[in-house]
Amino acid sequence: MKVAYFLGCNVALRTYEYDAAVRRIAEKFGIELMDSKDFVCCGYPAAPQDHSTFLALAAQNLVAAEEMGVDYIVSVCNSCTATLSKVNKLLKENEKEREHINKILKNSIGKEFKGTLEVRHFLRFIYEEVGLDEIKKAITNKLNPVRVAPHYGCHYLKPPEVFDFFEDPIVPHTADDLMALTGVVPVKYENMKQCCGGAILAVDEDTSISMVREKLIHVHEAQADVLAVHCPFCNVMYGEYQKDPRIDIDFKVPVIFTPQILGLALGFDAKQLGMKKKVAKLFLEPQEAPESKSEEVGAHG
Amino acid sequence: MESSQTTDEKKAHIEAVELDPNFKFEISKESGGENITSCFQCGTCVAVCPVAAKNPEYDPRKIIWMALLGLRDEVLSSKAIWLCSTCYSCYVRCPQNVKITSVMSAIQNIASREGHVHPSYEAGLEMLKKTGRTVELSEFENQKREKLNCPPIEENALATIKILDETGILKKKEKNKKKGEEG
Repeated sequence: MKVAYFLGCNVALRTYEYDAAVRRIAEKFGIELMDSKDFVCCGYPAAPQDHSTFLALAAQNLVAAEEMGVDYIVSVCNSCTATLSKVNKLLKENEKEREHINKILKNSIGKEFKGTLEVRHFLRFIYEEVGLDEIKKAITNKLNPVRVAPHYGCHYLKPPEVFDFFEDPIVPHTADDLMALTGVVPVKYENMKQCCGGAILAVDEDTSISMVREKLIHVHEAQADVLAVHCPFCNVMYGEYQKDPRIDIDFKVPVIFTPQILGLALGFDAKQLGMKKKVAKLFLEPQEAPESKSEEVGAHG
Repeated sequence: MESSQTTDEKKAHIEAVELDPNFKFEISKESGGENITSCFQCGTCVAVCPVAAKNPEYDPRKIIWMALLGLRDEVLSSKAIWLCSTCYSCYVRCPQNVKITSVMSAIQNIASREGHVHPSYEAGLEMLKKTGRTVELSEFENQKREKLNCPPIEENALATIKILDETGILKKKEKNKKKGEEG
């Protein structure tokens, strides 16, 4: 199956390891991810400034995907997915907005939004199109029962109507379900849906950092070994900003991408998935049973 | 861009003659602002807001109440309206379906038109005009990508520049800046 593959800014240029893991998984399931040089910024940064500019910037990407003759544009960034989904839905349903944006597109790049495709986050795409049964069948490496704290990210879940309510925005489960197939243990932790604060990083860094700090503490308190995300900017916040002196915690939380876990279970190695060897070992090699951890880890570890 | 409500010169009472009763309708005409007048001030939004939990300067209920009252200048010039992290926590829990995240965006759009945009967002659009993306591309990124068996990224800002020119967003900003300097 061919789908348009939308990277956005932060996956293309900051979190390539996420890109790598997604490409390996897609190959495994015969999903052809089609890149395009016409895919640029999704338009999200323009939303607070000018609604028309926001719609038109997002629409140029949707139009580029429509021209590829595919049914889906698959994105790996939560915010790009939400932006493209929101604009795709609005332009399909609201004739007045569609005419307005098509006028802008026609005058600027000589193109037109037709509304022929659907937007999907990669995780949702494999969850729905490949399905848990097929994914389970393809797993060749049973992973250690590593305690993984899932972070869904706001724009994977909300606003729920632009995602056809495929997930419960209050009690989400798709990432837990996918990870559970591999042998790892998805753990619940306090305030699991807390926002990473990425969107206001440039407006109020202290507030964003304190949001990151609290999340890391909650993950640590739940005795999770790693935090798994499926959004590049959540990764930047919890990974890069974990080193910020304002965080001031005496433990480390490794941050990885949910598809990297799936990739290991599908038989790919750390290098192919852009993972640190030390982190990959947690999942693959026999571990000593840590005394402080809960029973299910001790029993298997 | 100081919030007028946090300074020592805070007014003891509000002068009704200084209020703009049309401000709420102005917001409701913006895309996303339609439901602002449904707000009954229950405070669910601020109770579930992850930003408000860390920074009391951001209080979505207060911003909406100020907007409904007609404190137009105070709302549009406040830093607080730029503190929404667009997490949609309030959006999914609001009992009146005010769609606060979208209302905030509508207010930001009005503020932007009047030259109050937060500088970080302006910088974002300038970057888009330069590269088509919010992150700059250098040799380094493509070397890294090659090692991970990912295809190279090309810079391609042409269509973005044409769209920004057509909507006139950057020109409008220049105009606002000049107006602000003259005023």
